[in-house]
Amino acid sequence: MTDFIQTSGKARNQWWDVWDQFRTHKGAMVGAAFFVLIVLAVFIGPWIWPIDATFIDIRARNQGLSWAHPFGTDQLGRDTFARMLKGGQTSVAVGLTAMALSLVVGTGIGVLAGYFKRLDGPLMRFTDLFLALPLLPLLLVIILLFRDPLRALFGPETGIFILIVFVIGITSWMQTARIVRGDVLALKEREFVLAARSIGTPSHRMILRHILPNVMSPIMVSATLGIANAIITESALSFLGLGFPSDFPTWGRLLFDGTDYLQQYPERVLWPGMAISLTVLSVNYIGDGLRDALDPRIRGR
Amino acid sequence: MLNFTIRRLLMAIPTLLLIGLIIFLLLELAPGDPMSQVPLTVPPEVKEKMREALGLGEPTHIRFWKWLVQFFVVEPQYLLDAIFGTEFAEGKLRVISWQTRSPVMDIVAQRIPQTLWVIGMSYVVGVLIALPIGIISAYRQYSWFDQIGTFVSMIGFSVPTFFSGVLLIVIFSVNLGWFPSIYDTTLKVTDWSSFFQQTKQMAMPVFVLALYNAAQISRFMRASMLDNLNQDYVRTARAKGMTEQVVVLVHVLRNSMIPVITVIALGVPQVFGGAIITEQVFKVNGLGQLLITAIYANDIPMVQTLTFIFAVLIVVFNLIADVLYGILDPRIRYD
Repeated sequence: MTDFIQTSGKARNQWWDVWDQFRTHKGAMVGAAFFVLIVLAVFIGPWIWPIDATFIDIRARNQGLSWAHPFGTDQLGRDTFARMLKGGQTSVAVGLTAMALSLVVGTGIGVLAGYFKRLDGPLMRFTDLFLALPLLPLLLVIILLFRDPLRALFGPETGIFILIVFVIGITSWMQTARIVRGDVLALKEREFVLAARSIGTPSHRMILRHILPNVMSPIMVSATLGIANAIITESALSFLGLGFPSDFPTWGRLLFDGTDYLQQYPERVLWPGMAISLTVLSVNYIGDGLRDALDPRIRGR
Repeated sequence: MLNFTIRRLLMAIPTLLLIGLIIFLLLELAPGDPMSQVPLTVPPEVKEKMREALGLGEPTHIRFWKWLVQFFVVEPQYLLDAIFGTEFAEGKLRVISWQTRSPVMDIVAQRIPQTLWVIGMSYVVGVLIALPIGIISAYRQYSWFDQIGTFVSMIGFSVPTFFSGVLLIVIFSVNLGWFPSIYDTTLKVTDWSSFFQQTKQMAMPVFVLALYNAAQISRFMRASMLDNLNQDYVRTARAKGMTEQVVVLVHVLRNSMIPVITVIALGVPQVFGGAIITEQVFKVNGLGQLLITAIYANDIPMVQTLTFIFAVLIVVFNLIADVLYGILDPRIRYD
């Protein structure tokens, strides 16, 4: 994303206009700041925070808030703050990679369906079929079936990470594909495409140079929505007990483990729940701001 | 229109068959064995017989065909028999659950009322909240009401139901003790006090799901109202001297409801899918909870039938949404 925001010499790039418009959206700016903060915290935090997420100090179990343990400790004496950072790392990483996968698949199918008339019918029927699948039940079934083989293949942590990213990615690309296809269909009728074709531009260059840069706006908006969706789906899977194992924390898993101690230690549910909600909220606000900023009818008003 | 409806109905059949096949093939890979619970003292030949009795010995395509026949022919026959006392399905083999060795559809029929009550009620409540909020926030765009509405709906669809549900349990069951945190299915509504109890135990799950649904629908309602409020026909209506009430609540509302109604129809199957989580949070033993336990117990026929029922819901409500759109908006004619 950042590649497009840089200036290209003297001429004012349109992405600067987008940035100017984005800056006026207060909610989006707060959301962006918060999201950057969360990402920095979960990826750099574990390096700075001295206690390891898996370190068991059984004497210090079930402690409340203190300077040594800002969020308290769990039933095995593991530091909740460290586990929150570590869990956030997984949750955010799953969100970003699953979003990237679903964007690649969605954009690919959308562009192919919109650009090549022959592929349009089959690819869109394929998309409709995916839209008609009951996704959450299927996700649960797929994870149950492939969890053990993949764990054996890549190790317990990488295996489940690949599986979850993959299943979330391949079940959330449909909206992107539909939006991109619609935009490509409209773009194809424009004069600059005709001009490019008249000088004999081959299809692949046409798509990469002329079509893709012009469908960046809907792709970026669905990217933000994709992050939010992936984080929520991952947490939901972990919450149903079919996500990451307990010794490999994610926010959803921490929330799931916390519900067992709901009566005694309600704050254990609160921290991961707040983290998920605030991250998703900030991402949704970024998406809102981006949508406004990328809409040329609103921009410059 | 009729033509279009029939064509869409015919299109739905291959879609459903394909989805059924996908689910079937996926479950074909399942590692679980229904005989794993049988004691080790049972000799292997007997086990083999039991396996065959469950219909497991045959090749994939034949079992898929048998499942299709059972689901689409035998089960409806049993339903007819149960309603009219006829004897169409005399002794035919039904889809049998591996967990309980009883017909899957009987268990589903036991679970449906809870799901329908809680989930259906929450959707109705959600829609009833969302529509006025959407209308008012569009009519008074950028007012404080609109700002608060936007913020609340943003929170509504950012906070996942498994967190808002748990939060409500912490506040209202653990700390205040107002509502029970576990849904009691055995409760029968016979008098006012049991009715009151039923309302109390339904309050939290319904509220959680209603908030989530209302957040999305009110956004659609607002956007759709805004699209229509600036149209020429609204100015004409005002110029004719109609009261503001008639202009907004009759002219604009009726036109803005067109896309919103299809969104509401499309949301129904998603609500059923999302209810899996809410049912798990509040321990409602509805369809979603049945699916989760079946998945854990490797009960393949149950998982397959339930997943397929969800798929049928999606396809049917997509169809309803399309047809409604055509009926409500005379500008859209498919044929």
